[in-house]
Amino acid sequence: MKKKMIDFILGHYAYWFTIIIMCIGLYGILFKRNLIKKTIGLTIFQSSIVLFYVSIASKWDATVTVLDENIPIENVSNYLNPLPHTLMLTAIVVGVAILGASYALLINIYNRYGTLDEQELLDKIS
Amino acid sequence: MMESQIPALIALTLALFAIIVPAFGLKNENYAQPLAVIGAGVASLFSLVGLINFLNSGEAIRYSFGGWTVPVGVEFLYDGIAAFFVLVINSVAFFVLIYSLHVSEKDLSGRKAAYYALTMLMMLGFNGIVLTGDLFTLFVFLEISSLASYGLLAIGDKPAPYSAYRYLIIGTIGGSLYLLGIGFLYTVTGTLNIIDMSGMLPQLFENNAVFGAIILMVVGIAVKAALFPMHGWLPDAYTFSTSSSTALIAPIGTKIGAYTLFRIVFWLFGLDIVNFFAPVTYTLGLLACIGILYGSIMAIAQTEFKKMLAYSSVSQIGYIIMGLSLANPWGFAGALLHVLNHSVMKAALFMVSGYLRMKEGHSDIRHFNDTYRKKYPWMMAFFTLAAISMVGLPPLAGFFSKWYLALGSVNNSNWLFLTVILTSTLLNAVYFFRILERVYMKNPDQAGDTNGEIAVQEYTLDPTPASVLIPTGILAIGLLVIGLTNAIIVGFILNIAPFG
Repeated sequence: MKKKMIDFILGHYAYWFTIIIMCIGLYGILFKRNLIKKTIGLTIFQSSIVLFYVSIASKWDATVTVLDENIPIENVSNYLNPLPHTLMLTAIVVGVAILGASYALLINIYNRYGTLDEQELLDKIS
Repeated sequence: MMESQIPALIALTLALFAIIVPAFGLKNENYAQPLAVIGAGVASLFSLVGLINFLNSGEAIRYSFGGWTVPVGVEFLYDGIAAFFVLVINSVAFFVLIYSLHVSEKDLSGRKAAYYALTMLMMLGFNGIVLTGDLFTLFVFLEISSLASYGLLAIGDKPAPYSAYRYLIIGTIGGSLYLLGIGFLYTVTGTLNIIDMSGMLPQLFENNAVFGAIILMVVGIAVKAALFPMHGWLPDAYTFSTSSSTALIAPIGTKIGAYTLFRIVFWLFGLDIVNFFAPVTYTLGLLACIGILYGSIMAIAQTEFKKMLAYSSVSQIGYIIMGLSLANPWGFAGALLHVLNHSVMKAALFMVSGYLRMKEGHSDIRHFNDTYRKKYPWMMAFFTLAAISMVGLPPLAGFFSKWYLALGSVNNSNWLFLTVILTSTLLNAVYFFRILERVYMKNPDQAGDTNGEIAVQEYTLDPTPASVLIPTGILAIGLLVIGLTNAIIVGFILNIAPFG
């Protein structure tokens, strides 16, 4: 039973890291008062999902998806699935765009209120 | 020949106009708004042709891009529900864009090219979400539309950027959860195409990954749909942004979230899989009930007209999700009819509130009185039509969607939902009749009035510009037309319902 547990933890270690990174990101979003730090937390949160996709498609002893004469096409375990990685290129671009939009908003907030502290902002708005 | 290209044409028209609008608008910013109107108009024309074509042939169009067939390529799936939604959102956007000509002059001067380019991008995102047959492409379009709407909602009053920033944070978390959910599904099925995946999922009934994916995707999308516990971003974002942004996003934005929920629950997973581990749809229905009552009560508590309408949006999205939760043909018909009705009603109401804001400089309900009736007779008449329809008096459209939802609840013997529908109708009546009473009965000259200082007032008939009057009028009269022709629309919806 104990060995099974350890195997479960070790066998999925990539996912545990993903979950830890996601929790760090969520902590930043929920508990940091500075809006810049919140945005950093958001980026960490998104990176955890990118890492998840990258880890599900990784394989040991596998090569790129170009037909190699030495490896017959039936040996699918020797070829990587490139799709999750390419999907993540798009997701990273989306993340960068969101980061840009959020900094544009933050500049606007700072110009209007002179602060980026959430509590001070809420006091000034209400 | 041309008919089979319709799905791509709708999206590409908007993509094209997202480039044309800034190209000409940067030279002379007065070109931007008419071009955007043309863009939305052409897109609605294509959607209308597409819907008529769908009605004639009765066949869904599967449009594969670049000739790469599924599951290798990416496809647009133009079936009945997609045709319906595309037509609704494009035609409402068309009227709202006409209306936006004068209303946001103060907020937009000098930035019109960028503003209308963003509106086109947002409409591209919304149309893409509705049309796409691929889960990852859906995520990309979701983020395109969200990014554009953060920009649109950040224009306006002083706190607007902050409320848009809050929407950005919560919206991005929602989008990321959805992406994680697709990842789970991809690991177990190896495909991203909705039709392809829905064929494989029945074999994965007891897989935990599927259940995790359902929860992640439903929660992620419910953020965009502003379902009850995830609605926190909505009221502030709608209140502080400029009137034309609100009038554009409020009728369409949350409906797209609801559409995605419908697509996922009925077309991707199917009810059996969704409810295998936990009663997901019933939980959604309960949340919708709480949202309906909470939104209505908060709307009664507001003194700001626009904020009241925003809370009312939280409540109305509940009806649509309730229809999903009922999962029978009547509930489905009520939900889809309510998508149409609520888009039209909310657009008309936000148009009236935006115009009042522009003319009076405020939209505080406590200052409404019967001079408004004399100054803006037509706008108030349209407001009355939309308000009565929101409350749900026949023969206006709002009655029928509630009627079908009530029929669906009775059909399921779900007395809780029925009680909520009836109670919320009363609450709706409270907050709309309060305004109607002020506008039509309250005479500021009478003694005992709290606003005595504005007693002496000139009542001059306001020269309402045609760009405001005509779209609002068409939407308001449209409510009457939808109400009277509801049998035809419901017949169509029952035809496309996924219940065999």
